[in-house]
Amino acid sequence: MAADVRLALEAFDPAAELGAFAACYSQAGGIVSFLGQVRSGEGVEALELRHYGPLTLPGMEDLAEAVLGRWALAGLLIVHRAGEMAPGEPIVLVAAASRHRRDAFAATDFTMDHLKSDSWFWKREKVGGEWRWVEPREQDHADLARWG
Amino acid sequence: MVRLVFLGRLENVAGVAHMNCPLAEPTTLADLLGMLPTALAEALQGPKVRVARNGTVAGAEGLVVQDGDELAFLPPVSGG
Repeated sequence: MAADVRLALEAFDPAAELGAFAACYSQAGGIVSFLGQVRSGEGVEALELRHYGPLTLPGMEDLAEAVLGRWALAGLLIVHRAGEMAPGEPIVLVAAASRHRRDAFAATDFTMDHLKSDSWFWKREKVGGEWRWVEPREQDHADLARWG
Repeated sequence: MVRLVFLGRLENVAGVAHMNCPLAEPTTLADLLGMLPTALAEALQGPKVRVARNGTVAGAEGLVVQDGDELAFLPPVSGG
């Protein structure tokens, strides 16, 4: 089994991705997925994620390896956007397929916590026509610490 | 030539996402930073800024830069 890890530079269709993933792992008893999307409201007109080619995708692949080493999964999918996104657009899709649901829940949770606070992305938001960089949130680091 | 890459808010401090610096001979990171505008050099040496040399995160201490290298300056991430 191998992970499917992708850095998407254009919009992707999370429903199609999840459908294809589920079809690949029909023998798995459970699939857990998480979809992160750009919040609408709060005056944010656009969101941009910057990445650094030599580090970002290799870092995501290392994360996937760590997840596969930690939980018994049939399959793991990580699709993460970079570039400019509008409110409502998908940012990240993580899905884990496993024989038993608890492994899939935990693996998805772990993957998201690490993508949020330990992956090579820099985020900025456009508010009132002006771009501003988003600083890391303490909560993200607290989330990461849960995993020891 | 050394290529400097500025990620996140460091791009705003530098005013550009990347720049090329001529380099006659291998130079320490400290000396290289000394050639840059003071405000930028200070921002690049911030306590949470990490440095990657040719795609590998490296310790800034004692780092020597050579012709053809790419140095990326990485502020704290804020992804997902």
